[in-house]
Amino acid sequence: MEGAWEIAFVFFQVWLSIVVGLIMLPAMFGVSLGFTDIYIKVLVKTLEWATLRIQRGQKEQAALPSQSANGIIEKDDGSMQEEIGELRRSHPKNLAGGDFTLCDAFYFCKKGIENIVEDQVTQRFTSEELASWNLLTRTNNNFCYISLRLTIIWGLGVFIRYCILLPLRITLAVIGLSWLVIGTILVGLLPSSNVKNWLSDLVHITCYRICARGLSATIRYHNKENRPKKGGICVANHTSPIDIVILANDGCYAMVGQVHGGLMGVLQRSIVRSCPHVWFERSEMKDRHAVAKRLKDHIADKTKLPILIFPEGTCINNTSVMMFKKGSFEIGGTIYPVAIKYDPQFGDAFWNSAKYNMVSYLLRMMTSWAIVCNVWYLPPMTRQDGEDAVQFANRVKSAIAHQGGLVDLSWDGGLKREKVKESLKEEQQKMYSSMIIGSDFNEASLSLLLSVSSPDDPSAPVKGSGGL
Amino acid sequence: MGSTNSTLLKIPNVEVLMQETGFSPAHIIRLHDRFKALDKEGRGHLCPHDFGAIKELAMNPIGDRIIGAFFSPGKETVDFHTFVKILAHFRPVDKDRPKEPNSPEPINSRSNKLKFAFQLYDQDKDGKISRDELLQVLRAMLGMQVTDEQLESIADRTIQEADLDRDDTISFEEFRKSLEKINIDHKMSIRFLR
Repeated sequence: MEGAWEIAFVFFQVWLSIVVGLIMLPAMFGVSLGFTDIYIKVLVKTLEWATLRIQRGQKEQAALPSQSANGIIEKDDGSMQEEIGELRRSHPKNLAGGDFTLCDAFYFCKKGIENIVEDQVTQRFTSEELASWNLLTRTNNNFCYISLRLTIIWGLGVFIRYCILLPLRITLAVIGLSWLVIGTILVGLLPSSNVKNWLSDLVHITCYRICARGLSATIRYHNKENRPKKGGICVANHTSPIDIVILANDGCYAMVGQVHGGLMGVLQRSIVRSCPHVWFERSEMKDRHAVAKRLKDHIADKTKLPILIFPEGTCINNTSVMMFKKGSFEIGGTIYPVAIKYDPQFGDAFWNSAKYNMVSYLLRMMTSWAIVCNVWYLPPMTRQDGEDAVQFANRVKSAIAHQGGLVDLSWDGGLKREKVKESLKEEQQKMYSSMIIGSDFNEASLSLLLSVSSPDDPSAPVKGSGGL
Repeated sequence: MGSTNSTLLKIPNVEVLMQETGFSPAHIIRLHDRFKALDKEGRGHLCPHDFGAIKELAMNPIGDRIIGAFFSPGKETVDFHTFVKILAHFRPVDKDRPKEPNSPEPINSRSNKLKFAFQLYDQDKDGKISRDELLQVLRAMLGMQVTDEQLESIADRTIQEADLDRDDTISFEEFRKSLEKINIDHKMSIRFLR
């Protein structure tokens, strides 16, 4: 028994020194030993081989064509006016543009059924479908047994991911987070000075780098010259809580958010000691003016770090960008947009908060192959004269969507949890009624003016419609 | 991808379903995925609340009526078979189908598409669109944007044009006649990409 404990202890020491020597020290100095790169290259080759095998297997089985993530039905993109106009063109009475016809309902009916089969919003809150399997069980929707070799590779993958990578990653994450807490508390003890700021930055970046290694994250930063500067606001699309780690690997930001309890609360309280972050109590969040004032004060102070905000307000699945809430764009200051795009081939980073809680989400992250993503820093933007906050927000959103290759949607991400506002339905009703009543009104008033009316004239004012 | 057979096998009576509706196996699988996605609690059937969760449908002025079309009177749930059968109304018309003398009319025939649309108007299912029912649909589509008088005048005009036997209601035949020139196949069909 004693012997077994000693052996275990030796193993543990070896393990720890490997971790420290090969991963943590390079992380502290921002040096990469190249292991992750080699790993990714091997992974890519393996997945390509797997894809070819699957495709060959498919041909032999004459199976279904692959399912793409780009929609399953053909949608007519015409506006309401065009579509209903077309419907009416073939109507025998040839009413030019106005008036109601029984076939108008067809337009709404067809749109409704199209949305039942496929809609733009729901699909953004589920994980993106892959064009080919990436050897993870969780993405195995419609794949079946192809060959023995593939199954062996898959089994090997499971072993590697769960027995080798997972313990390593958990160790790194634990070390990274605990160092962050300890380091920031220690730095917090120093009096305010340049040294303190420099140390705080060092501690933050090092620990975030360790955390990133803990996810086997490979991040490519583009256009570093546009990196957010002090006194600015950094705005990015939101896919998961990991976004913070991704961005903080290359710069220091002041975080904004609600005060949490538990482990998150401990983290929040400690990091705010070393440099100012903006944490709100739940009650403060309701008061928009108080929130705006605190943020304004923060960016007015040019020695403080740029604020990091995710204006979508919720996690989206990284295929699109949803409506940006205008609050962050009303504060003023320079906005530094950042686009983050994850490569779904290596691991799905989207946090479906309805399906998974934080812990199971992190476990999923740590048992994926890797997190590979691209970060683009876009040139800074400011609000122009005559542009209101909403227009400015949309402009920034389009720039981010365009750079990241994401679909630009104007739906509110909050719809994930809330019902559609009545005002959206009213807009549809308004559009439709302007087609019906608009010309009605003109016809009727014209005929009144000219005093032309005959029994069969459809535009003659009908009894009781004096309101026109 | 390979598992067509295994997914199809999970659906009971899928052969009958394909034959009745004319959907291909790929379409059935797609619709099954959609059904499962809408059935968030995994109960195996849908209720009106699940349809209501589709945002774009909630925005549709006659969204409630479309949802109602899925539920037969008295039933509060829709199983996968009924779901597919209703959606089958919107399959494009099969132009090359040989006309077998004794086979029942396909679900996606022109006549059945019209019947589906008629049902959106005729909520009490008595086979006629009364003036009241027409007013209700108009109110739904136009909301608060028009006055009661404007609504009544539109309804009167519509009935006047379509009602041939002067009984102040629009029967299915009158409905069909008034829309005979419309390209129903195009306007009431949804094309699957694959």
